[in-house]
Amino acid sequence: MALTREQIAMRVAKEFKDGDYVNLGIGIPTLAANYVPSDISVMLQSENGLLGMGPYPTEDQVDADMINAGKETVTAGVGSSIFNSAESFAMIRGGHVDFTVLGAFEVDVNGSIASWMIPRKLVKGMGGAMDLVAGAKNIIVTMTHADKHGNSKLLQACTLPLTGVNCITSIITDLAVLEVKNHAFYLRERAPGVSIDEIRQKTAGKLVVEGDVPEMQFA
Amino acid sequence: MAGFDKVVSSYAEAMAGLSDNMTVIAGGFGLCGIPEGLIAQIKTMGVKGLTVVSNNCGVDGFGLGILLEDRQIKKMVSSYVGENALFEKQLLNGELEVELTPQGTLAEKMRAGGAGIPAFYTATGFGTPVGEGKESRQFYGRDYILEESIQGDFAIVKAYKADRYGNCIYRHTAMNFNPMAATAGKITVLEVEEIVEPGELEPSQIHTPGIYVDRVIKGSFEKRIERLVTSKGAKK
Repeated sequence: MALTREQIAMRVAKEFKDGDYVNLGIGIPTLAANYVPSDISVMLQSENGLLGMGPYPTEDQVDADMINAGKETVTAGVGSSIFNSAESFAMIRGGHVDFTVLGAFEVDVNGSIASWMIPRKLVKGMGGAMDLVAGAKNIIVTMTHADKHGNSKLLQACTLPLTGVNCITSIITDLAVLEVKNHAFYLRERAPGVSIDEIRQKTAGKLVVEGDVPEMQFA
Repeated sequence: MAGFDKVVSSYAEAMAGLSDNMTVIAGGFGLCGIPEGLIAQIKTMGVKGLTVVSNNCGVDGFGLGILLEDRQIKKMVSSYVGENALFEKQLLNGELEVELTPQGTLAEKMRAGGAGIPAFYTATGFGTPVGEGKESRQFYGRDYILEESIQGDFAIVKAYKADRYGNCIYRHTAMNFNPMAATAGKITVLEVEEIVEPGELEPSQIHTPGIYVDRVIKGSFEKRIERLVTSKGAKK
């Protein structure tokens, strides 16, 4: 069975280590915050200038001056800090953020990613995504393995305008966990009940399968 | 110390000198920390052909979005323009030029512009449409592109409290781009919630020193919330 959005987020959260500073993009990546294991602490960076983002506010706590990068009202957690946009991107571009997790339209075997523009269809802008992929030490891309028509999003070469080149090393999809290296996707884990054949069929770029590929563990 | 008193009493005075085809740098992230009264004054003045540098362009009917209604903006330099129907329409019609700029590059362009740095190298955007036509160079085995800094004829800034000398502090994430914008205007105008006397703000807590600031005006703010989400979920 393909994973749900929540299950992808659960699998992402298993990558975090105690003490990591993490930036989560909008969508599935944001959900990962709900599944951080209880025995570790991570600090969430929001690129509009908040490190140590807390939960959504109660109605009494709502403050128009306190938002996250998705422009949602949030709170500042215990031990948080607030700073300006140049400082925020200094920590991102300077490689101080341990993990960034973001969505994508396409990823290719060279670790290039397209996530910000579909010509003639969708122009919203890149926001902080280009800075994040250029700066973070570890980047995880979360996405569905194929689009709703069954077309693979894991390609030999991206077709859409790029967000960054040669920067993605890990992908977690609804079907698999993959590592990107040596100009190929290396299959590391598969979703419970999903066959290697199905993953192979939905991966357009070069796929390397080494030995028995274990199923993802969620416990 | 009258020479350091930057306080003005009207919006007309605050934005005096703004004319057609100027570049305006605006602080704010979405609708958070925006100089609402200064934007309204630009609309009142009716100046046209503006280049506006700001992370976003407000929303339909609020924030910088109101300057699109009478087509006052010729060009936007922004990182993210989603959620604004009029913006999208003018962009597709070719009425509005847009220079999409990565958010960190935009912040650094303003910072550098205010710090006398004409350009800087960054890895952000290399190999993407953002890097096309820009000088690139390798340092330590990695590719970087050269990005030019930005200065504005005006910078419009929202701060929380300022003293009469223009020393100011920001509140929570309403800080965002405001401190960089403040440094990068030939004329920098602060719109604040409260004006205090010099000496009332703790010197070591000041975010933007008054040297960058030319005019200060006390505003009243609606502080519209773009996405109200509480522990009970999202609200419309």
